[in-house]
Amino acid sequence: MDDLGFFRELFTGLNRGLLMSIMLIIPSALGGLVIGITAGALRAFGNAAVVRIGDGYAALFRGTPLVVQLFVLYFGLPNVGIYLSPYWAAVTAFVLCSGAYQSEYVRGALLSIKRNQYLGAQALGFTRLQTIFWVIIPQAMRRALPGCGNEIIYLIKYSSLAYIVTFMELTGEGKTIATEYFRFTEVFLVIGFYYLILVSVAKIILRKTEKALEVPGFGSA
Amino acid sequence: MFESLTVIKDALPYLLKGSFATGGIVLGAMLIGLTLGVLMACGMVYGRRWVRWVVGFYIWFFQGVPVLVLLFLFYFGLFNYLGFNFTAFTSVTIVLGMTTAAYQANIFRGAILSLPIGQFKAANALGMSNVQAIIHIVLPQVLRISIPAWSNEFSIILKDSALAFVIGAPEIMARTQFVASRTYQHLPLYITAGLIYFVLTWSGVKGLRALENKVRIPGYSHQGK
Amino acid sequence: MSRSEPILKVENITKSFGTAHILKGVDLELPKGGIKILIGPSGGGKSTLLQCLNCLVTPDSGTIWFNGSVVDIQKSKELYAFRQQVGMIFQDFNLFDHLTALDNIIIALCKVKKKNKQQAKERAMVELEQVGLSDKGHLYPAELSGGQKQRVAIARALAMDPKVLLLDEPTSALDPELVGEVVAVIRSLAQKGMTMIMATHQISLIRNLADEILFMKDGLIAEQGTPRELLGAGVCTLSQGFCDKLNEITGEEI
Repeated sequence: MDDLGFFRELFTGLNRGLLMSIMLIIPSALGGLVIGITAGALRAFGNAAVVRIGDGYAALFRGTPLVVQLFVLYFGLPNVGIYLSPYWAAVTAFVLCSGAYQSEYVRGALLSIKRNQYLGAQALGFTRLQTIFWVIIPQAMRRALPGCGNEIIYLIKYSSLAYIVTFMELTGEGKTIATEYFRFTEVFLVIGFYYLILVSVAKIILRKTEKALEVPGFGSA
Repeated sequence: MFESLTVIKDALPYLLKGSFATGGIVLGAMLIGLTLGVLMACGMVYGRRWVRWVVGFYIWFFQGVPVLVLLFLFYFGLFNYLGFNFTAFTSVTIVLGMTTAAYQANIFRGAILSLPIGQFKAANALGMSNVQAIIHIVLPQVLRISIPAWSNEFSIILKDSALAFVIGAPEIMARTQFVASRTYQHLPLYITAGLIYFVLTWSGVKGLRALENKVRIPGYSHQGK
Repeated sequence: MSRSEPILKVENITKSFGTAHILKGVDLELPKGGIKILIGPSGGGKSTLLQCLNCLVTPDSGTIWFNGSVVDIQKSKELYAFRQQVGMIFQDFNLFDHLTALDNIIIALCKVKKKNKQQAKERAMVELEQVGLSDKGHLYPAELSGGQKQRVAIARALAMDPKVLLLDEPTSALDPELVGEVVAVIRSLAQKGMTMIMATHQISLIRNLADEILFMKDGLIAEQGTPRELLGAGVCTLSQGFCDKLNEITGEEI
């Protein structure tokens, strides 16, 4: 019966945590994409100064551990009078970090489009904006999709770091129960499977999307 | 402002000493990952059905569960359960090693499959056994091709190693947290820690690029095949 | 030793990939010093047959005799030892891309024949010299021309002292101006009495080297005979027709 109580508490806790995790992941993924696309486009097409700033941003956030970024935002900023809640500290860190990685894929995708595509569009009388919308974005999107999708899968897993700044998501809820009952193996295996399900679902969606957008002979190279 | 600089100056040698632990974790993990990764990649390409199934499950598991959860699972749970009395340092090294092995297995698998099949056939035709062909012909080429992806894995593991502090391994992040909790200079200290990681990542990637150039085979461009 | 004693003999070799029956029961006897040439349309099974002869492709059925005794291809030790005695030259060379020309020859000598490095190197130099590439040993495959690559591949096979050489369209992947150097090497091998079976579209080789021509079609040997019998003036054979077509393409005189 002790087991029954344990499992009831475990799954109640974990389901609550799962909801919190999803509330972290979705805004962070969307924010990361917006930042990533913006930064990626600026890094691909901006003037020298903009490219430098963009490259610096990406290098900084890709070159340091996410947990350090999180600590700077949550524990560090109060030193200069800025207080972020655990939730907002986590979302901000995830958006900035994820955006840096996303920008790398977006930039790569944009730069991979050959000059003849622009020339072809111009020759047909497309305006600059029309070229971007009808030729460049559809191609770049397909090139960037695998990388960007993978990044979101990473984000799902790294959302567990929010627990370190005391936000009670999946890992945090689990850790509490594990410590209380001193049953680490079972609890963390179950948490592991929660994440596996999230990640597997994300992978399936990603693969379906890639399939749906597939153009014969249009490689990702 | 001045105070922060003093704190950083005083703490820096202490923080930098953490690089040894961090370096040890990363090096150990990458070597575990390399060994397991190569074995699993060979298993996936050349193995029987059950081998492929086991490896596939391993990769699915270790790529799908967050490093933090794996750390807790193994350090507090499985290692104890199985009677291993590993230190935090050893546990982190093994867990990161097993994680990167899952990714490295995929890297090496891709590299093996990208080699022209003729390389294996020619080795067989000369009388080499399959194992000899893998060791002398396939792997030397696969490892060279894999260096860029491997260097990416290195930088991921270096950054993941910062999570070691949650179970108390005495690396850079744990030391930073220790000083910060005493001086309350969180911002400058964590920025310093970030910079140390940045320099480590950057020099590691630079070093691997130098290695890549060193072992480059004249005229051998993999893409051309 | 009589010239007719077969060094390599196969009986009833069959091979299918899925529903495609590539070989439908091929018999073949190769006497010591003999040279047989396989011709025929692509997809006729020439390449598969050659790769079945040293079991790079495992035949579905059939028996292989080497030097008078059956090769048990289920026993890997026996198979590896058999392959050492049967050299193979591939259409696309298959030099090991991570090794220099010299090391390409050395590696099998060291790892398979267990020779020491010095002996292996000396032997490799001799073989490179034979194919006229003694000054190219330090170059990597990607730094060699196609013709040079194929000559290194031949040197590599010969260094193993094979009793038989299988050649799978050795000149087909070469630019026309590089064919000559490889043909010259093959000719000199023939003069030294090397036992060979070769698939080729090279008319000059077919005409001048073959003891016997085997015309393969749809997984079977459809015609078999000396060049005179199959390609002589006035005969009307599949081989003749095939070679006429090759002539139209290459403009080479038969």
